[in-house]
Formats: sequence, structure tokens, C-alpha cells
Amino acid sequence: MKLFPIRGGIHPEYRKDMTSEKAIVAMPMPAALYIPLQQHIGAPAEVLVAEGDLVRKGQMIARNQGAVSASQHAPTSGRITSVAEVAAPHPSGLPQKTIIIEPDGKDEWADLPEPIADPFAADPHTIHDRVAQSGIVGMGGAAFPSAVKLNLGAQKKLETLLLNGAECEPYLTCDDRVMREYPDEVIDGARIMAHALGTAKVVIGIEQNKPQAIEIMTRAAAAFPEIKVVAVPVQYPMGSERHLVQAITGRETPARKLTADLGIVVHNVATARAVHHAVRFGRPLVARVVTVSGGAIREPSNVMTPIGTKVSDLVEFCGGFSARPESVVNGGPMMGQPLPSLDVPVVKGTSGILAMTAEEINNSPTSACIRCGACVTICPCGLSPVDMAAFIRKDNLDVAAKLGVMDCFSCGSCSWVCPSHIPLVHYFNYAKGVLRELESERRKSERIKTLAEVRTIRIEKAAEAKRAALAAKSKPAADAAPPGGETKATTEEKVNA
Amino acid sequence: MSIAIMKKSGPFAHGFNTVQKTMFTVLLALMPATLFNLYLFGWPAILLFTITVGACVAVEAACLLLAGKPVVATLADCSAILTGWLLAMSLPPWAPWWIGVLAAIFAIALTKHAFGGLGQNVFNPAMVGRTVMLISFPVAMTVWVAPHPLFSAGAPGLTEAFAITFGGNMPDTVSAASALGYIKTELSRGIPVAQSMAQVPDLMDMTLGYRAGSMGETSAILILAGGLFLMAKRIISWHIPVSMMGSLFLIAALFHAIDPARFTSGTFHLMSGATFLGAFFIATDYVTSPVSKTGQLIFGIGVGLLTWSIRNFAGYPEGMAFAVLLMNSLTPIIDQYTRPRAFGRTRKGEPLPLEEKP
Ligand code: SF4
Ligand code: SF4
Repeated sequence: MKLFPIRGGIHPEYRKDMTSEKAIVAMPMPAALYIPLQQHIGAPAEVLVAEGDLVRKGQMIARNQGAVSASQHAPTSGRITSVAEVAAPHPSGLPQKTIIIEPDGKDEWADLPEPIADPFAADPHTIHDRVAQSGIVGMGGAAFPSAVKLNLGAQKKLETLLLNGAECEPYLTCDDRVMREYPDEVIDGARIMAHALGTAKVVIGIEQNKPQAIEIMTRAAAAFPEIKVVAVPVQYPMGSERHLVQAITGRETPARKLTADLGIVVHNVATARAVHHAVRFGRPLVARVVTVSGGAIREPSNVMTPIGTKVSDLVEFCGGFSARPESVVNGGPMMGQPLPSLDVPVVKGTSGILAMTAEEINNSPTSACIRCGACVTICPCGLSPVDMAAFIRKDNLDVAAKLGVMDCFSCGSCSWVCPSHIPLVHYFNYAKGVLRELESERRKSERIKTLAEVRTIRIEKAAEAKRAALAAKSKPAADAAPPGGETKATTEEKVNA
Repeated sequence: MSIAIMKKSGPFAHGFNTVQKTMFTVLLALMPATLFNLYLFGWPAILLFTITVGACVAVEAACLLLAGKPVVATLADCSAILTGWLLAMSLPPWAPWWIGVLAAIFAIALTKHAFGGLGQNVFNPAMVGRTVMLISFPVAMTVWVAPHPLFSAGAPGLTEAFAITFGGNMPDTVSAASALGYIKTELSRGIPVAQSMAQVPDLMDMTLGYRAGSMGETSAILILAGGLFLMAKRIISWHIPVSMMGSLFLIAALFHAIDPARFTSGTFHLMSGATFLGAFFIATDYVTSPVSKTGQLIFGIGVGLLTWSIRNFAGYPEGMAFAVLLMNSLTPIIDQYTRPRAFGRTRKGEPLPLEEKP
């Protein structure tokens, strides 16, 4: 299949061989599980259980609120010990409402929804509902509720389901292992998703550094003419949705549009497997494969981990630390988030836990920018990191916004390549945060202004009517009528602002 | 929220390139040409080279001290050494010591640190140092000597070298004109190029370096080798050297074809003066050239055309330094107009239209 070039990109040290030959192992149930209500993009789920309740594996313990949200299920059978605020796996380390379960060791399944007998004969809605009910989110790291993405077929004309098996982040091998060990489940899940989306074609994109996965998946897909496995070049960030779509179809997703607008929906391979489980067995998403790796981990492994397992328990299972880690990262080294502590749970979007030594991170003190232009050459989004950073340093965020800082998806390539070790991504994250805040503030005050204006007009109208009525009665009184409406609106506006 | 207190973002992986490594590789690339030229011009050249580089490092240290910046850590980036090195290569090899020192002050203190230090300067420091010296001391800056290889008959010994560099005792008999200068002078006396060309060293000698000139002007072949090494190491890309030499060659060849009596050939322009040094080591200076590849092409073409124009129409025989400085001043504008097109957007920054499926 003809592939298309993508702009820029880098070739970091992949270090995937630390775990790529480690078969997935299941970890024993930890002493407690911590299920945050929000493990996904969107609204947090609503708690359905209370302290002391007994739950069984797969039982829904929190229900999605609104369309963009995901339900949570008990990863094992046991007792709810509390619903409390617990530190979330987020760099801020802020606590989040979390359901704590004490496993009873029996790992007993609840009564699960009936398997969908012939999913290809089923209505797309049935599949969509099942996926929503099963709490499935994008497992590549973004954790966007999958059901929402599966519903895109209802609004747009779609032609291809692109299954993302690129796994371009260094270290991570969980998708590689899933493809190698469960190819048929992945393919079945993909076919079900394609049916739900109404796409005729399925393309599975895998980076060339996973030859076994490519071979195994190609063999597993051989029976289905509509599925094509494509080996894509090893080039970070090939796994970014827009770039993978461009590499495979040659088409560039316009800014502020979705790949779905081009007729292509991208899902992760592990998500496909979760869909297979939900549809064929009625099993919700209660565990995932996590790559535990990095130079500071004694036994790097791929671990089938119950959702809610504390990172410290997971690290313990992998032999603990062999050296002092400089950073512990949730996700891959390029786009992952630093963990504030090990006392946070593994969530549905956790693809990796990396304990990295200073040597692996290879950072040096920042020095002056020498304008080498490397960051401009490699930015996969065609931005000019050197210029954006210069304006952000001067706190001139407006110009940075004009230069496209909001288009930056923090892939980290520019920071990686910079010989002066300038923390460019850090600058951009800061700018994006502030600009987003300003924008929502502006929207808010605009709304308030409109409300206030409407009110002013209404009150003025009322005053006018009153004046007119008064004037009709006695002329002198009308002149004395206070222009109260305006003052009142101004005060209200201030209060609201 | 302020950027200082925000938790550090990723990535948690970094490439192995550093500023120091980059500068060091450039020095390494300059090494063969430099050693050969030091041999060719003997002890006075060695003295001037040492003084110029030493002065640059000393001035840099003083500026860092004054600005309250870390001295040792910053010196370790090797950028001052590189500036001094390039500066020394663009001076007449037997020039007196104070030329090197003054040039160093102009280059490091007034061109680099007055603008805020490494990365902030608009103009190429070494070229400013050389140009200011050329304008202020045209005589001292245009005394070229024919090669006097170390230990050869007639080459100055160390004592004589001290007299030349520190005592200003330039032996009268040794001066020679550089090829570009010679042709220019002859032209001004009404002697056509075709005739004067017979007097300049043949192209073969020019390529190898047996000719009068600054250290960087001679030995084109070793400079070329260094430049190719930098390209292989991916320190520089082909864009500036190729566009600069290509445009210089083309315009020279064109005018030579039109009026061979007035204009020298394209090959002559490529091989003479500091063309190679300029193309691979001066115009490619990161700080003062555009960051995007398109910008670099425009910049290179500009330097090439300006070099040719100055060589032919201005008062100076060699125009590379002026050409680079002129284009340096345009770099910010070039940068502004050659930013790459952002993903999913038109050149103007609007989202791409949703085209119909092919
Ligand atoms: S990579 Fe770093 S040093 Fe080079 S231009 Fe970009 S910010 Fe400056
Ligand atoms: S982090 Fe942003 S600016 Fe840097 S290379 Fe990636 S997309 Fe470009």
C-alpha cells in the first residue's frame, strides 16, 4: 500500500526491547482498589454504591453522566470501604472523588448483560449502547469515551475505521503484546466497531518496529478482505491520529475539524479488544495491560492490571525499584504525565508506568537558544517553536496564539531535539492553559454582558411603559421618574462578573 | 498560575545533541584547513591566531562577569572560541596583534554581548570584527603575504615573527596581492580581466591554497572538506551553502558570458576569496541566519548575489563579509515570512477547506 510522508518527527531511543518479549502477566489482586469517578475526558460518573455495599466483578458502581462520560465497574468482587477524596494520577496531584473497594479474593462475576449473539446483524445502536454501558474509553492514553466516537457514523458519512497500532511512544509495548497475544479478539472487535460505524473498510496501522505484530495481525486478518494491515514507518509521532491518517491516506485533517470529517475514525487496538469483550461476553472494562518499564524498574513487564490498582502495588509486583527513579511517568516518555506520587491508581487510560533514571531522561540545564532551527524542522504540526517560545517568555501570549500555539499537541519533539534543552513544551502547556482560561473567561463575561443587556433593555422598556402610563395620567410626574433600570443592571453585572 | 511554579511538563527523553557538541564539531571541521594555513603562513600567523582566539575568550569572560552570568559554564559552550577562530581566519595572517584584539572586542563585546549574549545578536560577530577593522584600518587589513611555509627558506623564525606581530616590522618584500584584489586593481588601471587573469595563480593552486590571502581564503579544498563533514554530521544542511554558491556561480557565469573582458568567470568567483569559508562556516551561523529551510534558501541566494555585486561594483575586492552582514539584517524579516505552513491550515493560517474525497 502506498504511504504518504508526514512532516518532521524524530527518532528517539525506543528501548522497547526491555518489555517487548515479555508476555502479558496477570497481577494478583491488591489489598485495595481505588476507582476514580473521572478517568476519562468529560463529566465524572455518578456514584451508585455506598460504604459497606458488597459488589461483584463487573457490577456498575458509577454511572456515566451525560453523553461525554463513562461508567465505572467493580474490577473484582468485594466490599466498598468508602467513597473518598484520593489523589488522582494527574500532575497536579489534586484529590478526586474515588470509590475504594476491598477485594474479597473470590473474584466473582456479577450477572453480566447478555452477549450480543450476532453483532453484525445487530443494530448499530445496540452495539453503541453496549460499549457505553461497558465503560470503554480510548485506551491509547487520551481516554475519550469510545461510545461517543462510535456514534460518529450517525452524523457523518464514514468510510474507514483506522485501528491505531502504531504505538510510537518509546518504551511502551502493551499494544504490541495485545496484538501478538490476542490478534483474533482485536480483529473481531475492529469488525464490530466497523459495523457500528458503518464503514466498509478497516485499516490497521502498525509501526515497522513491530514485525511480529504485523505478521500475526496480517495472518489473523487474512480471512477478512475488508481488513488491511499496513506497516507504517518508525517516526515519532506517527501514532497521533491526524498524522497516522495523513500517512495512510495522504489527507490532511483541517484545523478544528475531526478525522471523521474526512470519513475516517481512529480507535486504538486495545480499545477494539475491550469492545470484543463487551459485545461477545458482556464484560465491562475492568482491567488493562500496562507496560511497566524504565531503567529504575527491577523487572520491566507487561501486566494485566485491575483498574484502580495503586501504582505502588504495580511497581511492587514488578520487583520494585532497582535504582532511584528521577521521574515516574504515567504514559510514554514523550507525552506522558509526571506522577506526583506512587499513591495514585492505574486508570483506564494508563498505557504505561515508567520509572526513569536521570540518565535515560538525559536532560541538561537549559542554555540560551542558538536559533539552530531544529525545532522548526521537526515540528510535525509545522509550527515555529523557537518563535512561540520567545513570545511566551515575554508573556506576549497573543502573538504566541497567532503563531499557532493552540495547534501544538505537546508531542514533545521540539523539547527532545533542542540542543539548548529549552523546555519548549512546558512553555506551550503554560500558554495553552492561560489562553484557554482567558477564552472561557471571555465567553463567560460575554454571556453575562448579553444577559445584562437583555435585562437592561427589558427594564428600560418597562420603565418606558410606566413613564408613558404616568405621563398619560399626569405630565409633571413623568419627568421625575428615575432612570432606575440602568443602574440596577450595572450593579447586577458587577455581581455576576 | 505562572510558568515558574507550574509542574514541569514532559518529555522525559531528550536527544544527545548539545550546544557544546555542536560548536565543538564545527571547530573540528575547521581544524584541517586551519593547521594547513598555519603551516603555510608560519609563526606570525600562529601568533595572530592565538592572540585573536585568546582575546575573544577573555572579552567573553569579562562581559559575562559584568553581566553577572555564569562564566565557566558559558565559556564551555565554545562559542567564543569559534568566533575567535573564524575571525582569525578572516584576518591577514601577518597582521599586527592589536588588529586581533580590537576585532575581538568588536566581535564579542559590541556585536554579541551588547545584544544580550549568545543567540541574541543580529549580526555575525566574526564578520563585524573583520569588517570594522577593514573600514578603520584599510592598510593593515590589506597587506597580504605570499605563503611562507614553516621552516622553509625565507620563512620568518619565531623571533622575527614576534617582530612582525608585535613590533609591526612587516618586511617590505613579502607583500602580495590576493587574486581578487589584484584583478580589481588591474581593472581600475584599464587592464582587462582576460589579461590580468594570466598573472594570478592558476585555479589549481588556488584550490590547494598556495596563494596570498587570509587564512580562510586559501585552501578551498580543505574548507570544502570541513563543510562536507558538517553536512554529514547534520550540523548544517545543504540549503545555505548550495544556494549561496549556486547563485554566486550563476550570476558570475552569466555576466562573464556577456562581457568576459570586464567580468571574471563563475569558477573564479567560487574558488577565490572566502567563498567556501563563507558558504559553509560563516553564512550558516545559526544565530544570524533564518531558522526555516525556505528562509535559508532565500538567505543563501541573497548572500551569493550580494557577494558578487560587491566584488564587482563596490570599493572592496572581497564582498562576502559585507554580503553576510547585509543579509543578517534581513534575517528577522525572512524568518517572519518563511514560517512553515501549519498542519491543517493554509499559509494564511486559516483552517484548510474540507475538500471532497478524491
Ligand atoms: S531547537 Fe532549541 S536552540 Fe534550536 S532554535 Fe529551537 S529553541 Fe532554539
Ligand atoms: S510539542 Fe508542539 S511545538 Fe513542539 S514539536 Fe510537538 S507540536 Fe510542535
